[in-house]
Amino acid sequence: MKTLLRTGALAGALSLAAGAASAAGPIEAGSIQPTNWNAIIIFVAFVIVTLGITYWAARHTRTTKDFYAAGGGITGFQNGLAIAGDYMSAASFLGITALVYTGGYYGLIYSIGFLVGWPFIMFLMAEPLRNLGRFTFADVASYRLQATPIRAMAATGTLVTVAFYLIAQMVGAGQLIELLFGLPYLWAVVVVGILMIIYVTFGGMIATTWVQIIKAGLLLGGSTLMALLVLAQFGFDFNALIAKAIEVHPGHDKILLPGPAVSNPINAFSLGIALMFGTAGLPHILMRFFTVGNAKEARKSVFWATTFIGYFYILTFIIGFGAIVLVLTNPAYHVGGDVTKALLGGGNMPAIHLAQAVGGDLMKGFIAAVAFATILAVVSGLTLSGASAVSHDLYASVFKGGYADEGAEVRVSRITTIILGIVAILLGIVFEKINVAFMVGLAFAVAASANFPVLLLSMLWQGLTTRGAVIGGFVGVISAVVLTIVSPGIWEAVLGYPKGSAWFPYVSPALFTMPLSFLCCWIFSVTDSSKTAQTEKAAFEAQYVRSQTGIGADTAVAH
Amino acid sequence: MDDSTLRRIEADPNYQKLVSERKSFGWTLAITILILYYGYIAIVAFAPDLIATKVAGDITIGIIMGVALILLSILLTGIYVMRANGEYDDLTNAIVNAAKIGGKK
Repeated sequence: MKTLLRTGALAGALSLAAGAASAAGPIEAGSIQPTNWNAIIIFVAFVIVTLGITYWAARHTRTTKDFYAAGGGITGFQNGLAIAGDYMSAASFLGITALVYTGGYYGLIYSIGFLVGWPFIMFLMAEPLRNLGRFTFADVASYRLQATPIRAMAATGTLVTVAFYLIAQMVGAGQLIELLFGLPYLWAVVVVGILMIIYVTFGGMIATTWVQIIKAGLLLGGSTLMALLVLAQFGFDFNALIAKAIEVHPGHDKILLPGPAVSNPINAFSLGIALMFGTAGLPHILMRFFTVGNAKEARKSVFWATTFIGYFYILTFIIGFGAIVLVLTNPAYHVGGDVTKALLGGGNMPAIHLAQAVGGDLMKGFIAAVAFATILAVVSGLTLSGASAVSHDLYASVFKGGYADEGAEVRVSRITTIILGIVAILLGIVFEKINVAFMVGLAFAVAASANFPVLLLSMLWQGLTTRGAVIGGFVGVISAVVLTIVSPGIWEAVLGYPKGSAWFPYVSPALFTMPLSFLCCWIFSVTDSSKTAQTEKAAFEAQYVRSQTGIGADTAVAH
Repeated sequence: MDDSTLRRIEADPNYQKLVSERKSFGWTLAITILILYYGYIAIVAFAPDLIATKVAGDITIGIIMGVALILLSILLTGIYVMRANGEYDDLTNAIVNAAKIGGKK
């Protein structure tokens, strides 16, 4: 059991933000579940409704602004729900519940790390981001710097982050759906890919946002119901729930401890940095700030997002403890009806089995359908942000020098979406067996080490020059990728080198790579005495006034 | 934004007030959340037994700290939004209007 706990904890490290279905344990071969008709019917209903929305959205999607930013007409509350939707992926739900299920308190440490990035974004980044940007975070970073190198760097950071996240989601989706619906892996990946292409290509940001909002509502509703059903079994006494969990869990009182994965302070802090600042550098999240009309709505978005996400994480903690009591001890949910053996369907299934335990087949079907919808929505958001990096940053700004025809740019975006969708399906098939944990770890580490430092400094520090930003950004991307590869998660677990041979012994590189990126941005900016550097520093004043007041920013909503 | 508009806005006392107040308020809250969170991580890393100390039945200090951090995150963002959507937006509107009027000459 101890080894099981440790494997679960380490493999689960960082895998939770995305659709990391295999994070908390191996998926048992041959444990594919019978076709779940409740789940399929509920999911089909979701697809029909969202395709209807896509049809409606397609008729309102003409300009680049419609396509990337939903015309800027999303309200703060709606956007807050959509951000929460982007953030509460299937694995936040399944993965964190699974972590609480195996490691107890450990799961809560993750939840908190994922949440505290939000207040930080609010206090220092949300307003200037909205006031300076139009469609992508590269708009902000290149506002006074040279567009070509900065956008190339930002597009690299975006595509690397999106690619790793997307692979994790596709692989996670395939495995999850295979287990939940009894559909073959290949089908599952193709279904996700095709639906996502339809949403994004035809409906752009408008459809993506509404898919996200509906899914967030379903997920919040479903989790609330589950938490209430769990608590009801204990007379709504949280203490009684914990007492029972301690009694039945093989770790007993140990489940109240932080757990082995964070016992090393460097691991604890590195993970903390990756979770907190990674959030502030995720391109598909940053993009959402441009869908609202002004800074005021951007602030409201962050407030609602923080509220929903925080509430959701409290629910997952209750659900996880509920699973310890109701799933861990029930032979019906274990391989061969033996509670000492693995869970049916693998380590990420506690929440699904719990749904069955507290609400029967219908509840299980509902929760399974919500999990599928969740992956679909997150994948759509990711793809849209990847497509915008190609069409808006690379095509329109770098290749066309900012003079691309709007219709052509949207066309490039749509074509890119289709290509990304096909690539995502192929990657999902190729990487079927890969450990998704490292992909998501990489995504968060790159976001925290490349996108975040450049974005923050470009908005707040007058001294940043193109040279500093480009070098700092690329150093962040490369160092985060390289250190992740030589960390135990890949070097030993994926590449198969002997235990202890990894050059970089920690779970996340962010503690080292994020400061390194900041340092490079700083050094190569202050030593940059070129003429363009002078101009760029001089242009900060006007940028700052706009970032503070919004004067000159798009007034988003059509008048 | 042309140079004279820029100078005019920068000279506007409302603008100076907005920038200095928002800067100090935003950074105060940001540093607060950084200290709270990394303080918590430090306890997790260096004093794990404190996390597991029971205070009320089986509810531990760690659970209380965790839930408190989540609620504080929501509370602090709420406080910032209330102040920003009232006070700061009033100032911003005043600055924008002044800049428009000045722009017409």
